Amino acid sequence: MKKLFTRFQEIVLLVSGWFTSIMVLLIVFFLFKEGIKIFGKKPVEEGFVMAVHPNNLVNSISPGMCKDIFDGKIENWERLGGRSYPIELATLEDIGSLYTEEEIGSEMEHLDSCFNDYINKHEGALISLPKSAVSSSFKGKIISVKKISLNSFIRGIEWFPTSKPVAQFGILPLITGTLLVSLGAILFALPLGLACAIYMAEITNKRTRSFMKPIVELLAGIPSVVYGFFGLVVIVPLIQKVFHLDVGETALSGSIILGIMALPTIITISEDALRNVPVSMREASIALGATKWQTISKVLIPYSLNGITTAIALGIGRAIGETMAVLMVTGNAGNLTLSYLKPIRTIPATIAAELGEAPAGGMHYQALFTLGCVLFVFTLAINIYINFVTKRRRM
Amino acid sequence: MIQIEKVNFFYGIQKALNNINLSVPQHSVMAFIGPSGCGKSTLLRLINRMNDLIDGTKMEGLITVDGMNIYDKKIDIETLRKNVGMVFQKPNPFPKTIFENVAYGLRVSGMSNATELKDRVENALIQAALWKEVEPVLHKNATNLSGGQQQRLCIARCLAVNPKIILMDEPASALDPISTSKIEELILELKLNHTIVIVTHNMQQALRVSDYTSFFYLGELIECNTTSEIFNNPKQDKTRNYVTGKFG
Repeated sequence: MKKLFTRFQEIVLLVSGWFTSIMVLLIVFFLFKEGIKIFGKKPVEEGFVMAVHPNNLVNSISPGMCKDIFDGKIENWERLGGRSYPIELATLEDIGSLYTEEEIGSEMEHLDSCFNDYINKHEGALISLPKSAVSSSFKGKIISVKKISLNSFIRGIEWFPTSKPVAQFGILPLITGTLLVSLGAILFALPLGLACAIYMAEITNKRTRSFMKPIVELLAGIPSVVYGFFGLVVIVPLIQKVFHLDVGETALSGSIILGIMALPTIITISEDALRNVPVSMREASIALGATKWQTISKVLIPYSLNGITTAIALGIGRAIGETMAVLMVTGNAGNLTLSYLKPIRTIPATIAAELGEAPAGGMHYQALFTLGCVLFVFTLAINIYINFVTKRRRM
Repeated sequence: MIQIEKVNFFYGIQKALNNINLSVPQHSVMAFIGPSGCGKSTLLRLINRMNDLIDGTKMEGLITVDGMNIYDKKIDIETLRKNVGMVFQKPNPFPKTIFENVAYGLRVSGMSNATELKDRVENALIQAALWKEVEPVLHKNATNLSGGQQQRLCIARCLAVNPKIILMDEPASALDPISTSKIEELILELKLNHTIVIVTHNMQQALRVSDYTSFFYLGELIECNTTSEIFNNPKQDKTRNYVTGKFG
């Protein structure tokens, strides 16, 4: 009976262990399964193709160029390697307004001839038409839009996932935004957190410590929207005033808020690490005539460096993955910038803000999953790096 | 050299030392013996003010080193601790290289000249009879050394800053007999230039290395005399009972 019970306990523990591990792997698997679907697709509206005049030399077009054309930044085919004709855009709506209902037909059955007609008349035409309108008699030349590749996805500098007729999936501004805010958060939180940990572990007496520690731990329990709210009412106006900016919602505001959010983790872990330094180390240093500060900087900090590195890793992890607070204070503009005084947009904030609007299974939806994969790769890389560094130190 | 007059010491409200009067002559070895909790380590740590690190302690009385009151407010504690070095019960090298361990005391007192540091480190290691063993691994981590080597490294580290007095808190109690005998030989050599106070549980050790012995019991100094008198002709019954192993 007793044996059976022990066996049962073992099985429960075994199942728990495997369940958790498999769960984590499953999450990663589904994330990537959904995330890689975006690659190899053409970022045009579903069911639509792009076509030009048959004499046009251009055979394919990149999503970025296409957007520039529709934004009016590129106005001549020469820029795209064609003959010098002004570009004339036409979408389904334009055709609808150019031709009468009779010409198109009540069921749009003559749509193809309208497009044919338009193309014949305009040598510089670039049209976006439904696939159904492409019949065997269609005279225009269908040009291909370049597929989304990992390269264009990561190095693209524009993120307009809902732009028509060609969506833009470039996440470079989101990557730089995320890294900028996280780096800023660590630069802000590490010195402050470390100083606070040293103060609590080494300088202050028991009473102050027993009063400070719960407060710091309380900081970890505050929901992130509340941080965001605090940032919105306090930090954002402050930054706007101090730097005389048009908008205070900047990478700097995000960094400060994230830094504050990472503080409890950094303080608690580094303080534990410092307090775990054996008394004998402290005594050895003091007995050699070292001052308190020399003891802290030359013995205690090097001794607890592993703990402090862990604190940094967890702090960065929190900063990179944090969604709500950054969403509220960074302005959410996909700027490709390295300035802390401009609005930026982070990966998690993008996912949170856009997932509700993206139709499930659509290209936008898949792109958001791909963003999730990128975020996962980032945190994984940081973890591996930190692990590597701490292991090397231990040897 | 060291004068201790009417010293009382308290941990909170608990009195750990009661009216201790003692003096240690220059270039001699004084052993503190007595059962656990008798206050011998506490007294030792008073001589370089290590007890300052413990919250809620209080010291009364006078301790002078070279005629200087070390509990005077104006005294520079760091200089005092460089003059009065300390070796602890458990070897406690820093997790740095052997060289950096020995150089630590010099570096914190501001020495940065590389050749000077190298000379001082080498000298200290030679004095601690460790140079030959560690010369090839000078820049390897000190924690790879054996326990006995680590303790001699700690002695070298202490010697590097040229202390006049060395306090040793049961320096061999965590070591094997061979390492212990090496440490004891070292003490006899160091005696020529240093004043040494050693706390020990091992009465044979006190007999082997010390010139004077003080016997403590329950926070009181029962008897202090030359070592041969204490072990062969003790004046107090308690001392006789302790050194003959009847209690302790």
